[in-house]
Amino acid sequence: MSYQFDFSALLPYWPVFLQGVWLTLKLSALATVFGFVVGTLCAIARADGPPWLKTVVAIYVETIRNTPLLVQIFLVYFGFASLGLKVTANTAAVAALVVNVGAYTCEIVRAGLESIHKSQLEAAECLGLTRTQTYWHVIVRPAIERVYPALTSQYVLLMLASSITSQISAEELTAVANRIQSDTFRSFETYIVTGALYIVLSFVVRAAFTLFGLVIFPRRRKLGTAI
Amino acid sequence: MSAVVSLSNVHKSFGAVQVLRGVSFEVGPGEVVAVIGASGSGKSTALRCINALETVDSGEITVCGHKVHDPALDRRALRRDVGIVFQSYNLFPHLTVAQNIMLAPTCVKDMGKAEARKLAESVLARVGLSEKADNYPEQLSGGQQQRVAIARSLAMQPKLMLFDEVTSALDPQLTGEVLRVMEDLARGGMSMILVTHEMAFARKVASKVIFMHQGKVWETGPGAMLDDPQTQELREFLHNGL
Repeated sequence: MSYQFDFSALLPYWPVFLQGVWLTLKLSALATVFGFVVGTLCAIARADGPPWLKTVVAIYVETIRNTPLLVQIFLVYFGFASLGLKVTANTAAVAALVVNVGAYTCEIVRAGLESIHKSQLEAAECLGLTRTQTYWHVIVRPAIERVYPALTSQYVLLMLASSITSQISAEELTAVANRIQSDTFRSFETYIVTGALYIVLSFVVRAAFTLFGLVIFPRRRKLGTAI
Repeated sequence: MSAVVSLSNVHKSFGAVQVLRGVSFEVGPGEVVAVIGASGSGKSTALRCINALETVDSGEITVCGHKVHDPALDRRALRRDVGIVFQSYNLFPHLTVAQNIMLAPTCVKDMGKAEARKLAESVLARVGLSEKADNYPEQLSGGQQQRVAIARSLAMQPKLMLFDEVTSALDPQLTGEVLRVMEDLARGGMSMILVTHEMAFARKVASKVIFMHQGKVWETGPGAMLDDPQTQELREFLHNGL
């Protein structure tokens, strides 16, 4: 066994790699933001909605958690096409990732909502807050603060899983790597670089979440509690 | 002057358990009423009914003109007139002391942030915790947290304050600091109902003591009643307390 590593062949492609990194970040950021909104609304619906809505959300969550991401991506991609909707691969990729991460977010946030003690609701109620005010100030905010570490892990996983969207040729890091290796025939080297870039991306995403957490959770900042 | 609170023949059951079995009493303006009794005698339930945290099965409750027994009761209007403090403080852990106090005035009364902050500082001064405004609840002792909870209720300028065993989770020293705050309030003319196990405090501060037993008002009288109980049950209750 004497494999001759040759990374020099990849050198001309570094702007393409960077482009891929940027696209992956963009894709994951969009999926994170929309997935968080979808998941949080679903969690509230599942915790406190009318029975029919609880059932709908439960079916959605269980379907997503029990099917592979790749199948979900194909379903969304070809689903759009079958309905006659013309969407780009990237839009389909974001949509599929939102649907996927929304279900996982729902379960994480629901755990947070359920961890808020009933006495907190009573206190808010007795102070005259409306249901909506109570939900926002006394339930959702502290609930998210509690499950923030779990959410961070979930969104880092999402960023890594977004590589699967290369299967519908969405534009992101893995898709870019696939192209580079077929141009250069240096497959092993290409994916070593790609893997290293994902590690860097993970650190960046994690750091971004930590900083964001320090901004939105002043108690953690002041008391020095780990995020 | 009409009563701030009046209960008339109030019944309440949880499943098969009859907790209140025809409770009637009145609280006049500026009166301090101490409700005492053994666990399960219905005293906390009575207090929670007054604030519509529990709905009554039958009977009438009128609080500051609100018909609490009426299914069409405007709960938010009732709660603007009534403050309640719980045994477990129930402060919001993610908010600072000042933010805990400012939340209701800004949400319910649409008060501006600056004005609410001033209000928070003034009620904190009343409970002797001005220097803790920017601390978080977990940084305070139990007694301090309970005083913040009292301040949080006071910020809504209630006409009636309810205290549900507010010192039961505190050691004697911390109990003392909370009771002093309540005594100040009583002297300031606040109408108060307190469910308590602090007999000495009830004797000293209450204008009326209500002894509840088996879901009924068993014996009523001034604080001195505790020195000269008329019923066998109150005698036993006081004796066991020692």
